[in-house]
Amino acid sequence: MSEHHIKLPEGSIEKTTTTLNLGPTHPATHGVMQNILELDGERIVSTEQTIGYIHRAFEKLAERRPLAQITTLTDRLNYCSSPLNNMGWHLTCEKLLGVKTPKRVDYLRVIIMELARIADHLICNSIAGVDAGAYTGFLYVMQYRELIYEIYEEVCGARLTTNIGRIGGFERNFNDIAFRKLEKFLREYPKVLKEFENLFQRNRIFMERTMGTGAISAERALNYGFTGPNLRAAGVDYDVRVHTPYSSYEDFQFNIPVGTTGDNYDRWLVREKEMWESLGIIEQAYQKVQEFKGAEAEVYHADVPAYYLPPKEDVYTKMEALIWHFKIIMGETEIPAGEVYHSIEAANGELGFYLVSDGGRTPYRLHFRRPCFVYYQAYEELIKGSMLSDAIMTMSSLNLIAGELDA
Amino acid sequence: MSLSNEIIKQRLTEKFGDQVTGFEEPYGLLSFEAPKELNLKVLNFLYDDEQLKFRFLTDLTGVHYPDKAGRELAVVYHLHNMTDNVRLRFKVFTGINQPDVYTATGLFSGANWMERETYDFLGVNFVGHPNLKRILNVEEMDYFPLRKEFPLEDQTRIDKDDEMFGRG
Repeated sequence: MSEHHIKLPEGSIEKTTTTLNLGPTHPATHGVMQNILELDGERIVSTEQTIGYIHRAFEKLAERRPLAQITTLTDRLNYCSSPLNNMGWHLTCEKLLGVKTPKRVDYLRVIIMELARIADHLICNSIAGVDAGAYTGFLYVMQYRELIYEIYEEVCGARLTTNIGRIGGFERNFNDIAFRKLEKFLREYPKVLKEFENLFQRNRIFMERTMGTGAISAERALNYGFTGPNLRAAGVDYDVRVHTPYSSYEDFQFNIPVGTTGDNYDRWLVREKEMWESLGIIEQAYQKVQEFKGAEAEVYHADVPAYYLPPKEDVYTKMEALIWHFKIIMGETEIPAGEVYHSIEAANGELGFYLVSDGGRTPYRLHFRRPCFVYYQAYEELIKGSMLSDAIMTMSSLNLIAGELDA
Repeated sequence: MSLSNEIIKQRLTEKFGDQVTGFEEPYGLLSFEAPKELNLKVLNFLYDDEQLKFRFLTDLTGVHYPDKAGRELAVVYHLHNMTDNVRLRFKVFTGINQPDVYTATGLFSGANWMERETYDFLGVNFVGHPNLKRILNVEEMDYFPLRKEFPLEDQTRIDKDDEMFGRG
């Protein structure tokens, strides 16, 4: 044998299985993550997940930043629904600082959070369609995600990484255009969602691709730490909005949709039903917001001078406002010592913030409990023994967002 | 809906006596600690006890306290009893020279990656973990970046050629 022969790894000729790298950059992974699959024909024998390709050390960075500057880090966790992460962070800070927000702020936040939930579920469900070979639905609903982004834009000026809201409320009141756009959304979206449903829900090809694949039992899901739609699809009615209400969720009427089998189809259905529930919540919240009259209708933040920037004209004319402004911008305010864990129902499940403060200007330690990170470890169990094409469907119906996975 | 922090505290003291210490209720969340050798016993008791039923591991992470000699690293568990909707926080401390803590993967499958992450960033060695290797950082890394001896870069440093970043 001459040395020009290709040298194969030891044992690779006798091997009866094929190794396939799915990712790190593959159109079907929707994010940078790698799966090393061991295949017997098209059947998956084992898999090993590699993550961390877009790790940005947020937890370390947060140790140098004052509270307000950490909001921008949370944007980049689950970037399909940044406002939810932002609100979760503000609520954590408010819990630590003991800030009580006015009802109108809570309701406005609920509107934004539920819009973000719809945007996130919309992407997940329509991408599940794309992975099954149906592109139309995805392009169709994209228009309405655009409308949601336009509403964000009216409120905070940004679309994707929103940095929306401040500790204590919003940076400015919702303007008229925002409300008009919200009305447009409430008016037009139900019809679109119904039509989107018609494309998939009883579509034979879609059903056969998703039913019975990637299933997980309720016990296993709980043991793995599943939360959110993925847990509810397995039949556990756990929802942070109901179990530990925040931002006045207790004032709203809504159902928690649950599935039974925990397979890809149930996950899709649960997200679909949740969008209807979210629509209902937004309608209720908008109604409640409209009930505020006179001066109350102008309230959009709590009174927390140490963390909420004063109006610019006051900064130029009043000494106190100038001092607060300086202290906030320079991050000179010392936060109270203590440990706080706060969680919200993000689009993917329980998004928790564990904040340890030693009384300095920045957190001593901040840990994000990212739902994606927790449930992606079950992926191997979900796809073992199934076909390669089912693995793709399972990945998209779990709604993996690389930003949240890697923090 | 009758499980209160008082009852949990009482059940734990009945079982473990003065081994469980540091009971606190910051922001309404019961928090306590135990010696690191007992972590699995406490977790098992919380899991199995018919009254307590803490069967959901919400979060597992670590904190580094360089000034606490002999107990520099804390491993923090957040547990949830979903039937009664009660949460608690449980901590164990370990010295940094021999940071061995028993793994909770036998009890919670979800602890697998959470422990890998804690190992990756703080270097807590989870004894008995099926696959304890780095998860988010590169495998060649030879330090634990979330420890406090690794400061973030000084933002005012001027010895760096910044032309490439448009700041020069």
